[in-house]
Amino acid sequence: MNTKKLKTTRNGRRGLSLLSAGIVAVVTALACILPLTACHGSKGAEAFAVPEQWDASKDYEITFWAKNDTNKTQTKIYEKAISDFEALYPNIHVKMKLYTDYGKIYNDVITNISTGTTPNVCITYPDHIATYLTGTNIVVPLDELMADAKYGLGGSELAFDGPTTDEIVPQFLSECVLGDAHYALPYMRSTEICYVNKTFVEKLGFELPEVLTWDFIWEVSEAATAKNADGTYAVNGQKVMIPFIDKSTDNMMIQMLAQRGAGYSTEDGQIELFNDDTRDILKTISGHAKTGAFSTFKISGYPANFLNAGQCVFAIDSSAGATWMGTNAPLVDIAPDKLVQFETAVRMVPQYDPASPKMISQGPSICIFNKADADEVLASWLFSQYLLTNDVQNAYAQTEGYAPVTSKAQDSPEYQEYLSRAGEDNNEHYQVKIDATRVLLENAPNTFITPVFNGSASLRDASGQLIESVTKSVRRKETIDDAYLDQLFDDVMALYHLDQLGGSVGGGTKDLGPLPRASKILIGVLIVAWIGIAAVALHDEMEKRKS
Amino acid sequence: MTKLVQTRRSFLTTLVSGASMLALTACGGGGNASGGSSAAAAGDGTDAKSDGVMTYAEYVAAEVDAPVMLECFVQAKQSWWEDKASIYAADADGAYFIYNAACDQATYDKLVEGAKISVKGYKAEWSGEVEVAEGAELALMDGSYIAEPVDVTDKLGTEGLIDFQNQKVAFTGLTIAASKDADGKEAPFIYNYDGSGAPGDDLYFNVSDGKATYAFTVESYLTGEDTDVYKLVSNDLKVGDTVDLEGFLYWYEGPNPHITSVTVK
Repeated sequence: MNTKKLKTTRNGRRGLSLLSAGIVAVVTALACILPLTACHGSKGAEAFAVPEQWDASKDYEITFWAKNDTNKTQTKIYEKAISDFEALYPNIHVKMKLYTDYGKIYNDVITNISTGTTPNVCITYPDHIATYLTGTNIVVPLDELMADAKYGLGGSELAFDGPTTDEIVPQFLSECVLGDAHYALPYMRSTEICYVNKTFVEKLGFELPEVLTWDFIWEVSEAATAKNADGTYAVNGQKVMIPFIDKSTDNMMIQMLAQRGAGYSTEDGQIELFNDDTRDILKTISGHAKTGAFSTFKISGYPANFLNAGQCVFAIDSSAGATWMGTNAPLVDIAPDKLVQFETAVRMVPQYDPASPKMISQGPSICIFNKADADEVLASWLFSQYLLTNDVQNAYAQTEGYAPVTSKAQDSPEYQEYLSRAGEDNNEHYQVKIDATRVLLENAPNTFITPVFNGSASLRDASGQLIESVTKSVRRKETIDDAYLDQLFDDVMALYHLDQLGGSVGGGTKDLGPLPRASKILIGVLIVAWIGIAAVALHDEMEKRKS
Repeated sequence: MTKLVQTRRSFLTTLVSGASMLALTACGGGGNASGGSSAAAAGDGTDAKSDGVMTYAEYVAAEVDAPVMLECFVQAKQSWWEDKASIYAADADGAYFIYNAACDQATYDKLVEGAKISVKGYKAEWSGEVEVAEGAELALMDGSYIAEPVDVTDKLGTEGLIDFQNQKVAFTGLTIAASKDADGKEAPFIYNYDGSGAPGDDLYFNVSDGKATYAFTVESYLTGEDTDVYKLVSNDLKVGDTVDLEGFLYWYEGPNPHITSVTVK
């Protein structure tokens, strides 16, 4: 039995406990210093400009920080991509550092910004890039590079057959615009998927619709909580049954709000999360958590493990987790004797209005960090583009339920053949994985993203925290009413400092109002310190002159 | 003169460090410097519990999500981050895993092996691991107790093993069996469950008692790269070695011992 995902995601739950206290202090300091630097317009690195001619006679070492899903196949794909790229550009050497969670990449980048040792290329999320952009010229804006006739997308001087701008799925490319420029290229895309134990749904007397509604999910989940006289659950005969488990409660809340047309945040970062729709959603969820019909990954464990053990009917997780879902899943984290036989169905996440479905688009992107040598940045850009070639896109997408981000790759004969072979085996062509991918491919126009701004990552966390809190509270016999929700909103707003978010991307000149008291104290202390230093230095100088 | 220069340097150093400390404090919105040391001692005995504190049997009997109040002794610290500490603890009757309890760094630093603590929170179960849920209140008390490891070699593969969950346990006379690395080659250990990791990640290795093979873990948060056990497993362990092991009996969809020491015989 593997204990595989323990580290990857449970440590997500654990946050960043690997970091030492020293790094915590640095991150804290940077979190303070970066915005101050941006506010006062202090001079950072020179802004990047595309060189007229790239100097191919020089050697370049490019550092590439990437994340794998604790998946050795993905590691091998990265290694092959680097090897193939270096064969095309023998003067560029790519040094890869692998991480198992995006949070660590984010914190390492933040730490390295202060020392000028950021990687050249990094796999990351736009929410994180928004924070990097609070420094000056830290991240390279890509518009000029993308459009460059020689080295841009589809450029004449490229040594490989990369996509043109038009061949990147427009929806995915637009997700990389922060403020008024592209600060990333999309790398892979996924969405949330509902993996269903169809056998149980039918056993409970329901017919599984093509598009799930929230009403349907709650009705079936409640039906699945019925017990036998001996205390076991009627639907599975076991002592454990959590009919509906959601892996990502932030995505759950975000999608529910989007489907209802309710507020979350404005494009410029004004917080709208704490509204009546959110209240209504939380009351509904708490009602089903109270009966045991609903729980979350953070409270109970991986949806896949419960699903595969016949202890769950609806498991919502990323399409990038499809290889763990179902009786015949190639990756399984429970003991073989606990695995049960059932038919797995794949559906888009439940909807309020099936005629107008909405689901989140997520997945990693690629950003490039600025360096003093523009040629080095250009070398980084070449490697980044190479990650969008069909070979890399097709290979990586097939490791999980990812969609390639280019139409060039999606439409390629190799990828189409891959899709057509769904179900031929339970590894590369695992039916559930390819079905999950198809949900995204067929619904790209129905996907959405949330606005990205400095602090948007905190807002995302806060939205999930609301669901986690009501679920936990109701299980602990607390009453979920308006008074509870008022307090919860206040607590969550304070916990994630949502009342302090500026909302701008890449600095800017927005009026942030009077300085908070802590900032005034900080500035005062720094002024006093510098006056003290100057006084001592002056005194020394005078003593020296006297002697 | 020299003394004066030293004094000035010291003054400047103090000034700059003070400014930095204050700046950090201001940035962080004010720190919690409280040591958290606390509650009245219940005596040095391991069986003495304050009023309202559960016995281990009562803890075991409590429902998941029920409030729990414990007095127990730190056996190992697993991690600390953002004022949250995860701890293996025990009393004379059994053991506890306390997940992400509220704990400032000053308190965490005082949580030496054997230190007595009070814990107030809720019981939880996550993928089979019974624990005190995230956010529990934790305070230092007077008293000390270090549990002796219990040899559970003969419980491997049996349903009775779960009775020792979270305890410091020992396994004796097991044989290192081959693991498969990322390339499918045999190896005495691998980084991460499937060999996809790198130095610094968890180490997985297989042991055999002659009847079955079991996967054990050197958990990198509990025992990182600089610990003896991590170094031994990643540098010196060989397939076929006979070993005695100690560790904490963590649970993840089944037994997942976090090994803290390995002795090659």
